[in-house]
Amino acid sequence: MNDPWAPDLAPLAREILAGALVPGAATLPLLWLVQDRRGWISDEALAWVAGSTGRSLAQVEAVVSFYSMFRRAPAGRWVIEVCRTLSCELAGAPRLLAHLEDRLGVRAGETTPDGAFTLLAVECLASCGSGPVLHVNGIPFERVTPERADALLDALREDRLPERPEADLWTWPPAS
Amino acid sequence: MDLAPRILTARFGVPGSHTLEVARACGVYADLGRVLRLEAEAIAAQVRASGLRGRGGAGFPTGAKWGFVPPPERRQGRPVHLFANADESEPGTFKDRVLLWHDPHRVIEGTLVAARALCCHRVWIYLRGEFRFLQERIDAALGEARQANLVGPDILGSGFDCEIRTFRGAGAYVCGEESGLLESVEGRRGLPRIKPPYPALVGAFGDPTVVQNVETLANLPWILEHGAQAYRAWGTEASSGTRLFSVSGPVRRPGVYELPLGTPFRELLEGCAGGLRPGRRLLAVLPGGSSTPLLTAEQALGATLDHECLEALGSFLGSGGVIVLDDSVDPVAALANLTRFYAHESCGQCTPCREGCGWMARIAARVAAGEGRQEDLVTLEDLARSLRGRTLCAFGDAAAAPVLSFLETFRPAFLARVRP
Repeated sequence: MNDPWAPDLAPLAREILAGALVPGAATLPLLWLVQDRRGWISDEALAWVAGSTGRSLAQVEAVVSFYSMFRRAPAGRWVIEVCRTLSCELAGAPRLLAHLEDRLGVRAGETTPDGAFTLLAVECLASCGSGPVLHVNGIPFERVTPERADALLDALREDRLPERPEADLWTWPPAS
Repeated sequence: MDLAPRILTARFGVPGSHTLEVARACGVYADLGRVLRLEAEAIAAQVRASGLRGRGGAGFPTGAKWGFVPPPERRQGRPVHLFANADESEPGTFKDRVLLWHDPHRVIEGTLVAARALCCHRVWIYLRGEFRFLQERIDAALGEARQANLVGPDILGSGFDCEIRTFRGAGAYVCGEESGLLESVEGRRGLPRIKPPYPALVGAFGDPTVVQNVETLANLPWILEHGAQAYRAWGTEASSGTRLFSVSGPVRRPGVYELPLGTPFRELLEGCAGGLRPGRRLLAVLPGGSSTPLLTAEQALGATLDHECLEALGSFLGSGGVIVLDDSVDPVAALANLTRFYAHESCGQCTPCREGCGWMARIAARVAAGEGRQEDLVTLEDLARSLRGRTLCAFGDAAAAPVLSFLETFRPAFLARVRP
């Protein structure tokens, strides 16, 4: 935890460890802290989490590889996760994904050469009633038509995350 | 007929319902001071009498679940832990997300009621990794509640202490399974545990533990305020109260709808979700998430939404995630989609599941691509049958259910896609 690798993370890490009933229980929160701040989990980060939690490197690496959201390599500035499970597929996810692949010039799973975008196809994001859905750096956008996807990409290219219309997401029977 | 009460959705759509001020103005926490002063057993007795069953998927009676936890005098100094399960990952299910977004304070209040009944002083709300935007909202609600002495030491002067925190997973369907969730919280891969011992005796950190879905918890303040009998006035004998149904698929108004259990499926489909799109015919329904066996159109249109009816039809109420399929849907492609999901999410611990889910996904994809042979269908069915009951958590049965029910219901469509 006092590793010089992460002086900026140390105060938050101390707080996380203090709140954990056993040091191992801080594993996921510390991995999130690293990924949120650094964008990915490097070998140095792995060693830092292992040292902080009293786990072996292998144990922490096993945890990182188990959970699909942890990354062992840098990603683009904007990570776009497109849900492809059944309800979204029926709502047009394959067309949306193909459109994004076309516009970004990469396949799902890849990062654009300029490092701006990582495109991922993921399993169910729990927005089944308002598909197709995608997350941009963890923020959901729902009922994403190819036209809306284009507007979204334009905004992201300007380094701007568009405001999510409240009605888009959280009306519970959607406004009709 | 009386209009069913909005037990869970009363504050949905109220502007600012996630803030303490609005939530309180709408009655949240109004009864909490009284409830926290009740004996733990008095709360548990109300919950038992209400017939409340878990809303996560298994439908286990809540009161009975609590009954397995040793009372304080038999805990040998060990604490009890409560985990509010918001891992919501079952395809077709999105009601917990909507509930937590609109009414985080009611979930917090329900969590406190359960904690009081269990004499538990430390609670975590476990959110799936993708719910970062919800974690921020809930953390803000918890902060407000702490300021107002609704969370923390000596809540509302009742002498009851309870700390609540959020914990975020990192992308794993199987962490919705209670022992997988506990592994995750302890900082390991989310591999479900061998049971027994059950979490009620040996759960998180070796201590007695209850894992409870957040919708289940959100019912508790209403039950305590209005009484078990008022709750039982809605629903059926074995399925009391109301439930949040998530409706997805090609319907006109997909969304989350609260209905008394026992409501005809037809009312959910037509009255709430606006029916199918013009000119479409109902093909089939996955009534309780992707892991529940299909209902044919005929079965679904005659069904009521309760444990009794759906189990008599060979399916389950599950998580209340209703996926509607109309005649525009290709069932062969739909099954390929679902088998891919289970192959992606199998934790890999049990061989029949690790290998079987991968095989099923590859075969289903081949068949959907028109490259399958008739014997592939036999293998697919055989794999699903070999999976059922042979894994240490319910995932195996969950993965097998769509395969077996799609093959049975749509045999001609599958046969038409394969070479002899």
